[in-house]
Amino acid sequence: MKQFNFHEAKSVKEAVKAASKNSAFLSGGQTLIPSMKLRLSSFSDVINVKNIKDLQGIKVSGKSVKIGAATKHAEVASSKDVKKAIPALAALAGGIGDMQVRNKGTLGGSIANNDPSACYPSACIALNAVIHTSNRKIDAEKFFKGMFETALKKDELVTAVEFTIPEKSAYIKIPNPASRYALVGVFLAKYKKETICAVTGAQPVVFRSKEIEKALNNNFDPNSLNDLNLKSNEMNADIHASAEYRASLVVTAAQKAVINCK
Amino acid sequence: MASMIGSKVERKEDKKFLTGKGRYTADINLHNQLHAVFIRSPHARAKIKGIDTSKAKKAAGVVDVLTGKDMQDDKIGGLIAGWKIVSKDGTDMKCPAHPPLATDSVNYVGDHIALVVAETLQEAKDAADLVKVDYKVLKAVASTAEAMNSDVIHEGIEKNLCFDWELGDKAKTDEAFSSAEKVVEMDILNNRLVPNAMEPRASIGDYNSSSEELTLYTTSQNPHLSRLVMSAFNAVHPEHKFRVIAPDVGGGFGSKIYPYSEDVIMAWAAKRLQRPVKWVCERTESFLSDCHGRDHITKCSVALKNDGTVTGLKVDTIANLGGYASLFATVTPTYLYGPLVLGLYNIPTAYCNVKAVYTNTAPVDAYRGAGRPEATYLIERIMDKAAKELGMDRAEFRKKNFIKQFPHQQCLVHNIDSGDYDAHFDKALNLADYSGFEKRKAESAAKGKLRGIGFSTYIEACGIAPSAAVMSLGAGVGLWESAEIRFNPTGNISVFTGTHSHGQSHDTTFAQIVADKLGVPMENIELVHGDTDKGPFGMGTYGSRSLAVGGTAIAKACDKIVEKGKAVAANMLEAKADEIEFKDGEFIVPNTNKKKTIGEIAFACYLPGTYGEIKSPLPEGMEPGLKETAFYDPVNFSFPAGSHICEVEVDPTTGETKVDTYTCVDDFGNLINPMIVEGQIHGGLAQGIGQALYENAYYDETGQLVTASYMDYCMPRADNFPEFRIDYTCTPATSNPLGVKGCGEAGAIASPPAVMNAVVDAIGTEVTMPATAEKVWKALKEKSKSAKKAA
Ligand SMILES: Cc1cc2nc3c(=O)[nH]c(=O)nc-3n(C[C@H](O)[C@H](O)[C@H](O)COP(=O)(O)OP(=O)(O)OC[C@H]3O[C@@H](n4cnc5c(N)ncnc54)[C@H](O)[C@@H]3O)c2cc1C
Repeated sequence: MKQFNFHEAKSVKEAVKAASKNSAFLSGGQTLIPSMKLRLSSFSDVINVKNIKDLQGIKVSGKSVKIGAATKHAEVASSKDVKKAIPALAALAGGIGDMQVRNKGTLGGSIANNDPSACYPSACIALNAVIHTSNRKIDAEKFFKGMFETALKKDELVTAVEFTIPEKSAYIKIPNPASRYALVGVFLAKYKKETICAVTGAQPVVFRSKEIEKALNNNFDPNSLNDLNLKSNEMNADIHASAEYRASLVVTAAQKAVINCK
Repeated sequence: MASMIGSKVERKEDKKFLTGKGRYTADINLHNQLHAVFIRSPHARAKIKGIDTSKAKKAAGVVDVLTGKDMQDDKIGGLIAGWKIVSKDGTDMKCPAHPPLATDSVNYVGDHIALVVAETLQEAKDAADLVKVDYKVLKAVASTAEAMNSDVIHEGIEKNLCFDWELGDKAKTDEAFSSAEKVVEMDILNNRLVPNAMEPRASIGDYNSSSEELTLYTTSQNPHLSRLVMSAFNAVHPEHKFRVIAPDVGGGFGSKIYPYSEDVIMAWAAKRLQRPVKWVCERTESFLSDCHGRDHITKCSVALKNDGTVTGLKVDTIANLGGYASLFATVTPTYLYGPLVLGLYNIPTAYCNVKAVYTNTAPVDAYRGAGRPEATYLIERIMDKAAKELGMDRAEFRKKNFIKQFPHQQCLVHNIDSGDYDAHFDKALNLADYSGFEKRKAESAAKGKLRGIGFSTYIEACGIAPSAAVMSLGAGVGLWESAEIRFNPTGNISVFTGTHSHGQSHDTTFAQIVADKLGVPMENIELVHGDTDKGPFGMGTYGSRSLAVGGTAIAKACDKIVEKGKAVAANMLEAKADEIEFKDGEFIVPNTNKKKTIGEIAFACYLPGTYGEIKSPLPEGMEPGLKETAFYDPVNFSFPAGSHICEVEVDPTTGETKVDTYTCVDDFGNLINPMIVEGQIHGGLAQGIGQALYENAYYDETGQLVTASYMDYCMPRADNFPEFRIDYTCTPATSNPLGVKGCGEAGAIASPPAVMNAVVDAIGTEVTMPATAEKVWKALKEKSKSAKKAA
């Protein structure tokens, strides 16, 4: 790790003020710290945001669940309110990494990082989330731009994420056996009028599978996906899964999601 | 007193390890210590045109930047391969020079180029970025299969071939095949593994310029041998002024049996710079630079009669040695492998050919089981295939070919002293409910899952020692073990062993032996190991040898103590020495109330006052003190064996394999502590199942290690395993008086074929290790494609 100045931000304002071209916000540190330790990244200033009051807490209103950016995965996983409103979201958080990671890692850090195999981005897309930042609100569809790339500006802080409550939903993760991130993750949300199928892990950035959505809008049944062959040319390929295998797993995960939809 | 041997005594070492009080090399910090980081090659194969250290040398906190040239100037020798293998044409194996720091070429990613030494680790790392190495990058040889047809890596070593070795009677075996009623052939791939000890390697050199003594703290399974090699071959420092300490060591699995470049370099650097120098390996550095394991490609075939009798075996293996020949690299794919390809079957003739090749990958050396897992894997896989092709039940086919009488001289090397293979196989079949398998298979099918069952009936040669045997097979030195029992005047005992415990629980097991032998409570017995200045010279821990060889040395030293104690007791009790009985820590004159405790004897031995009326407790002429040393060199290896049965369930939609049940019945001879044995089995199974389903060290064609972190190298986790069903049978070893055979490697040796046979049984088609979900999914797809074509 290279040397840096450390800032303990007490408010959103303070955090934004301390930010510069060569700074980083620190939340759970589960991604940032290892990459600094491995000298893959270094910053002149590190601004700790996880103790900022405005970034905490889970609020459920009639239509949505709003979760502060510094909320830890373990808190989302064990929240009675989340479990009741969107059980799939609690289950998703409970399936991230291991206990240590869940007790440190945060929602804001996860979506700001936008790892192609992270779980939360799929929930954001399927649950029509609105990302609240230090100066605006961004629709999830416009937030996740590309691999590790978001709509955030350098000095822009995620403050909360507001998820719409669907009729039913499910998240199925087929883990990468080594890292246990999502090799493929499918978040399925069923609304009165439509079903949204958001897929993570399979492409450089989270996406909606229109083919799956079409089939399920027609008939919300796992068998309606039986003959579906997704195109593999846009899928990620690496030592853990070929594009063809990933394409097949997306369908398999979607079928399991239909069965598990609650 | 209840016998300690055979009881599940809680581990003495648990308290410190479970409360974070283990003291590992990285925990040690010496006054005035410097920190070192390595410049390592990012290329698999390159010539070094120049190393510019000038900027780094001027950086803040930097004390020196050392290169291979500096080592040459100080006449430090290279690393060695310790076991000479002779090729079938009578020529000696060919080993390249292996300088600790490269001088003109690098031969794998992670190869050592320079050492930056600074006041702090931070400064050393910052300065390391300033070292400029000018490389001429060459085309890497990364493939085991292609190594012999690729560019020559080391000048003068044609075809990259270290040796072309053979074992067995070729003519007789050819004859068995030409008269066979059936021949079954198989291609076998044994995947490459990274040992992944929980504690990464580390070493600290410390030179005392006053006494001219050099101390090296290091993560070694074998401190005495490390010192010997570093003194005799690397010329780091004379042995009598060189102390090697291996404190708590967090696992080795073979990867810490021998001194590495880093050890030689820390010892040398400390002496050169006259300050302690510390290096602690980081995890990715460990992936790149620890010696790896396995990496074989094999073609094998069995000759059969139609009734299922195996009449011959042929094995043709290419073994990858990596960039250089590491210390035990040459014996692992030869004498630890070839003799074992027969398994526990009565096969009248066999021929085994091994070609060991160099590639631009990390050196490959012994890894838990070393040679024996590779042998077991091929014989157990091909036995399964042969049974299926003959249309025989796989269990019946195995039993038909088991060795039934002991001792049994195998057609290759080993003379197996004891065993009862039907006994453990029958017990395992029962425990695994083999007869209920079809029902379980149908239940799985109803859930859309594919169930398979796999057997592995195995044997291993352990207790690695017999000097005469190993030297006749090419070892550079004999192998035996030492022990010293030192009674202290107050009656407690220090036990010195030349073995080393790094997860094997010697502190407990060895104390149990001493407690039983001498009738002294466990808490009064302390095991001392891992310090060349404390105990006698010894040979370290590997090859499931510590108990069979080291434990026996301890038992023998105990016997000598008792013998001396009897003479002293007889003198004190005015009886004859041969009358005295020793039981539960007391020397007794039978049929009298005269007795002395062993504590009283120890006290008397150390404080034998004699003056006037006071008579010395020691017989006339006897030396005072109560301390005995024993060296034990057994007459033969020991041969643990057993039967493992695995049942898997495969999800055809994802290809994922779940190990549903795992049963093992092992014959380790007598057990000293069944709980510790169970722990050893668990660990071995985790590694073996890991090899079968998850682990793979993967180099791409340019020689980059793609799986150099836990993000990509898949380690098995606890939730990958079922509750293991474990049981034993016992035929005591006859090669040592404790009747023990060794248990440290069995799990890793037996389990890969058990799992793979189960997977192949479930999916009905071949797949190579590791049987990852994608590979299984693809194999099933191929199978249904070709079935459709055929229809
Ligand atoms: C072993 C392991 C396993 C894991 N497994 C999974 C998994 O299965 N699924 C999964 O989804 N994730 C997984 N993760 C990732 C983990 O869930 C964290 O969410 C993730 O590492 C980032 O969150 P963090 O709070 O730790 O962020 P940090 O590491 O603190 O920050 C990450 C990035 O986000 C930026 N940032 C942080 N907070 C904000 C903010 N409020 N506004 C703007 N930018 C911000 C930082 O500057 C940095 O660039 C795993 C991580 C580990 C170490």
